[in-house]
Amino acid sequence: MYCKKIMIVQTIRRTATCTTQLNYQKAEPSIKLKTHTDSTGVCSPHLSLQLELQSQSMAASTAVTANYVLKPPPYALDALEPHMSKQTLEFHWGKHHRAYVDNLKKQVLGTELEGKPLDHIINKTYNNGDLLPAFNNAAQAWNHEFFWESMKPNGGGKPSGELLALLERDFTSYEKFYEEFNAAAATQFGAGWAWLAYANDKLKVVKTPNAVNPLVLGSFPLLTIDVWEHAYYLDFQNRRPDYIKTFMNNLVSWEAVSARLEAAKTASSSSA
Amino acid sequence: MMTVAVTAISSSSLSYSPLLLHSQGPNRRLLQCERNEKRRLATKVAGSGVITAGFELKPPPYPLDALEPHMSRETLDYHWGKHHRTYVENLNKQIVGTDLDTLSLEEVVLLSYNRGNMLPAFNNAAQAWNHEFFWESIQPGGGGKPTGELLRLIERDFGSFEEFLERFKSAAASNFGSGWTWLAYKANRLEVANAVNPLPTEEDKKLVIVKTPNAVNPLVWDYSPLLTIDTWEHAYYLDFENRRAEYINTFMEKLVSWETVNTRLEAAMVRATQREQEGTDTEEEANPDDEEPEVYLDSDIDVSEVD
Repeated sequence: MYCKKIMIVQTIRRTATCTTQLNYQKAEPSIKLKTHTDSTGVCSPHLSLQLELQSQSMAASTAVTANYVLKPPPYALDALEPHMSKQTLEFHWGKHHRAYVDNLKKQVLGTELEGKPLDHIINKTYNNGDLLPAFNNAAQAWNHEFFWESMKPNGGGKPSGELLALLERDFTSYEKFYEEFNAAAATQFGAGWAWLAYANDKLKVVKTPNAVNPLVLGSFPLLTIDVWEHAYYLDFQNRRPDYIKTFMNNLVSWEAVSARLEAAKTASSSSA
Repeated sequence: MMTVAVTAISSSSLSYSPLLLHSQGPNRRLLQCERNEKRRLATKVAGSGVITAGFELKPPPYPLDALEPHMSRETLDYHWGKHHRTYVENLNKQIVGTDLDTLSLEEVVLLSYNRGNMLPAFNNAAQAWNHEFFWESIQPGGGGKPTGELLRLIERDFGSFEEFLERFKSAAASNFGSGWTWLAYKANRLEVANAVNPLPTEEDKKLVIVKTPNAVNPLVWDYSPLLTIDTWEHAYYLDFENRRAEYINTFMEKLVSWETVNTRLEAAMVRATQREQEGTDTEEEANPDDEEPEVYLDSDIDVSEVD
């Protein structure tokens, strides 16, 4: 007797570069139904909806190498000053993020994960919480790229349009959302991230430890703040609340969040 | 000679109802605390007639610049002066007026661990304990090799000092996220959490390397911690940025205080012998239904955990 998990696979077209593009882009969604039998033949306790994002194969290179690239933030390293110093960007992006990418490449070389899209690696190695070795590096590589793109020079302020409407709907007010996001980021003990995520037509605030992100929890990430100490130590030492406030008031790119919401809605509505 | 990687265990939830000291399971360390064998690592201070939760921020046993150039004064200023201080202050705020207020720091840690389903005070209490233990694990002019009984046990349980060093460093380097790596003395414990060995032998008493996440420490498994290295990023960021391996090397080569580790080992071995001599009477748990709850936790405790 087999229990089949139904996975809805959606193809999202990516631009033909050699980097892994993490922005959701509008595409002609094609829905493929895949059935997946649990390897032990045992039914899993709940039916989980997994979204597997597939990318086009790397256009330029035919070599089978893990071609993960350290993508620079979409602004100069000093562009977020004085809210996030150039020194922080140099370390955080230039050393931490770079190390995750480099170590991931070494880790997947010669394995079945080599050459697979980052999202695929993350989902596979999350392994329902029983993390496989490549998870930490893969997820951290993804998380950091997502983080840089969550910010912009002269960011902050309030969101508008559809995003604001949904925030007000799901949190009763923007201020309530701000408070909840703030609290999640402040109370994530140890290393981790706080997120605004979208699932089942609802917005929610999520906090995760270490490298975990909402992709593996079945939701679309829309915004994140890195609360590993390396993210704020040089600028704020142990004053994490000040860092969070600065992030919200001066760094968040609501345009990026709105664009992601658009893509997330499109992706989930076409799978309905 | 085992390296145990531990992730936070989440047991079935215990509600915030009255906690029975004895029903915490056979954690004999708690029972010993009851019998006035309290190892008080933090003293209490009551000031100006007002009863306050008074755990004190104890300074390291050396000036803040004494570990230079291996650990900068600036690091000590932040790590001890801000991080450690904040844990102590927040703990005091958290437990003032509750029954945890009358206990030693170690007792608060053990009770609030709550078999892995941590109560609000745990993070601050354990971090306060861990940091005090950490400062005392290092010294100016530290490093080198251990001697005597400690070295003998290391060689017995790890093969050689070099082998121990490699495993300890590797554990510390691979502890992803925030946490600590420990050398601990494990006596009369099976290799399964708190399971008591009914027929303890000399072989059960051994040194182990343990890595823990966030604030967890080996006290909660009734091990005796002997040495620790803090691998939260705040411990090494100012001096080593993201080069944790280099920090660990420096720690082992230039900072670790083997005298302190030795002293702790001696105390741990004495404790283990004493317990054996006390026999099994303490292993038999009184029927919990007969006992009045001895410790209540105020369920309105503020749960803010800002570190």
